Amino acid sequence: MARLSRLAWAVAAVVLGLGVLAGGLEAMGYDAAPALGALWSGAFGSWYAFTSTTLVRSVPLILIGLGIAIAFRGGALNIGAEGQFYAGAIAATWVALHVAERPAPVAVISVLLAAALAGVLWVALPVWLKLRFGVIEVISTLLLVFVAELLVSLMVLGPLQERGHIYPQSDAIPDSARLPLIGGTRLHAGFLLALALGATLWFVFSRTWWGFKLRAVGLGPRAAEVSGRIDSQRVGAAALFLSGAMAGLAGGVEVSGVSYALYPNLSPGYGFTAIAVALLAGLHPAGVVITGILFGALEAGAGAMQRDAGVPAIAVYVVEAVIIIVALLATAPKGGWSGARVMRRKRPVASKAA
Amino acid sequence: MELLALAGGFLAAAVRVATPLLFAATGETLAERSGVINLGTEGIMLAGALAAALGATAWGPWAGFGAAMLAGMCLAAVFALIAIGARADQIITGTAITLAAVGLTGTIYRRAYGDAGVGLSLPTLPNVSVPGLASIPVIGPGFFDQPAPTYLAVAALPLVWWVLFRTRLGLQLRATGEAAAMARAAGVRTGLMRAGATIVGGGFAGLGGATLVLAQVGTFAERMTAGRGYLAIAIVVLGRWHPAGVAAAALLFGGATALQFLFQALGTRAPYQLFLMLPYVLTLLALAGAVGRVRAPGDLGRS
Repeated sequence: MARLSRLAWAVAAVVLGLGVLAGGLEAMGYDAAPALGALWSGAFGSWYAFTSTTLVRSVPLILIGLGIAIAFRGGALNIGAEGQFYAGAIAATWVALHVAERPAPVAVISVLLAAALAGVLWVALPVWLKLRFGVIEVISTLLLVFVAELLVSLMVLGPLQERGHIYPQSDAIPDSARLPLIGGTRLHAGFLLALALGATLWFVFSRTWWGFKLRAVGLGPRAAEVSGRIDSQRVGAAALFLSGAMAGLAGGVEVSGVSYALYPNLSPGYGFTAIAVALLAGLHPAGVVITGILFGALEAGAGAMQRDAGVPAIAVYVVEAVIIIVALLATAPKGGWSGARVMRRKRPVASKAA
Repeated sequence: MELLALAGGFLAAAVRVATPLLFAATGETLAERSGVINLGTEGIMLAGALAAALGATAWGPWAGFGAAMLAGMCLAAVFALIAIGARADQIITGTAITLAAVGLTGTIYRRAYGDAGVGLSLPTLPNVSVPGLASIPVIGPGFFDQPAPTYLAVAALPLVWWVLFRTRLGLQLRATGEAAAMARAAGVRTGLMRAGATIVGGGFAGLGGATLVLAQVGTFAERMTAGRGYLAIAIVVLGRWHPAGVAAAALLFGGATALQFLFQALGTRAPYQLFLMLPYVLTLLALAGAVGRVRAPGDLGRS
C-alpha cells in the first residue's frame, strides 16, 4: 500500500513537472506540443537514441543517486556529490594515463578503484569534521564541490594537461583503460555495473543487519543509540563514505566510458540532479535505476527539444525542480543523522554543547 | 609608485568582485540568524541578474535594480512557502529553487534576447568617486571610487547590524534561529519571522545578481552566477553570522579572485586556482573552530 502510494506520487510528480513545462512554454509563446514530441523522440524515439543518449546519460545519475540513497537513508545529507564525482574523475584520468601497458581488465579495474577511492577521500574531511567538531556535512560537502572544480582546472592546466599545452583538458586515455561498449551503441559497460550495484544495494538495504541499522539511524539516531546495539556515529560515517565512493566511481565511469579525457564542466550538474533522482525514487535502489533512466531521458530529450523544436534545453531544469519539490512534499527526509547532535565524545567541546 | 598603482588596482578589483557576494551574504545572514539556510540563494541571485537585465533594458539601470530585488523576493517567497510553510527540508528545497531558477532564467533569456550567442550589451553604472578620499593612494581607488551599488551594500551593513542586535524585532529573529520552540513559547511568531527574514534576504540576493550584471559584466549569460550564491553561504559562516565579519569575509573572497587578475597583469603563470581555493579552506577551518570560535544559530536548518 505504502509502496503503491509512493509510486503514485512519483508519477504525479513527473506529470506535474511536464505539465508545468508545457504550460510555461505556451505562456512564453512556444508551441508546447512539438517541444514535448521532440523531447520524447530524442529520449525514446529509436533504439540508438535510447541506448546511446538516454542510458548513457543515466549511468552517472544512477551511480550517484544510489550513493545519495545510502547517505540519505542514514540521514546524512551529502550535498557535495558533484565534488566527489570530480575527485573520482581526476583520479581515474591520472591512473588511466599511467597504465597504458597493462592488459585491459586490469587497467579498467584499477581506474575505477582509484576513482571510488578518490571519492572516499574527498568525503573523508567532512566525515572527520562532523565527528570531531559537529560540523554539519551539508556545508562542508558543498564547499568541497568548488575546491574539486578548481582542482580539475588546476590539473588540466598543469600536471594532466594534454601534450600540446594548449587546451584546458587532459590527453585521451589509452584504449586499455576504456570501458567496453555494448553491441554497436555508445552505451558502455558502466551501465551494467550500475545495475549490479543497484541490485547489491537492494539486498543490503532490505536483507542485512547493516541495512536495518542504517534505516534506524536515519529515522532517529537517538533511538538507535539508546537501543544499545547501534553506534549511530559509525553507521552515519560509513553511509557518507559509501556515498562518496559511489560518486567517485561515477566520475571514473564517465571518464572511462564516455569522455575518455578530463576537462572542466565534465558534469552538467550530475551530482545535484542525482539528489532529485534519489528522492523521487524514495531512496529505493530499484527506484533509483528507474528514475535515473527517467532523468537521463529528460536530459537526452532536452537536447533534441532544442535541436528540433527550438526550445532551450535548459528548460528541463524546471521539470526537475518541480519533480524534486513534489517528491519532497510527499516524502520529506527529516532530521536523522544530519540533524542530531554528536552524542559520543572523547572529550567535551564547549562550542556545540548547547 | 608603480607598486602603489598595482596595489590600488588590486584592492579596487577585490572590492568590485566582493560587492555582489556582500549583498547576497548580508541577506543570507538575516535568513540564517532566523534559522533558515537558503541554498536557493544561488538561483535567487541568478533570477535577480536576469530581472536586472530585463528591467535595465526596458527602463534603465536603476529600474533593473528594483526589478532584481522584486524577483529575488518573489523566488525567496516560493522557498519560504515550501520550506517554512510546508516544513520541507530546507537544503533540498534550496537546491530545487536553484535548479528552477537555472531553467527559468535560461529559457526566458533566450526568449527575450534571441538564441545565445547574440551578445547582449547593457550599460553599466559608472564609478562614483568620493571627492578628496578617492585620491588617497591604494585605499582611494579601492573604497572610494566604486559604482554606486558598492556604497549601497556597505551602507546596508550597519543597518542590518542595528536591526539584528539593537531592536526588538532583531531579538525575536535571533531567538527564532537559536531555539524556535522557546521563542514560540515566548509568543514570537516564528514562522512569520523566518519567512520575513528569508524574503528580505532574497531581496538582497537579487540586488547581488543585479550588481553582477549592471555594475560589473554588463550582460547576462546562462548560469552566470557560477556558484556565487553558494559562496555567499560560505561567507556567512566565515563571517560568523555577523555583518562586520561577513564584510571582511566577502572582501577576502573578493581578494582571492582579484589575485587572479593581478597575476595576469604581472604575467606570471602561478597556479591561481590555489588562491581561489584558499577562502573555501579557510571557511572549513573556521567551521572546525580553528580560526577562532564559531557557532551557528542553534536551530539552523531545522524545520
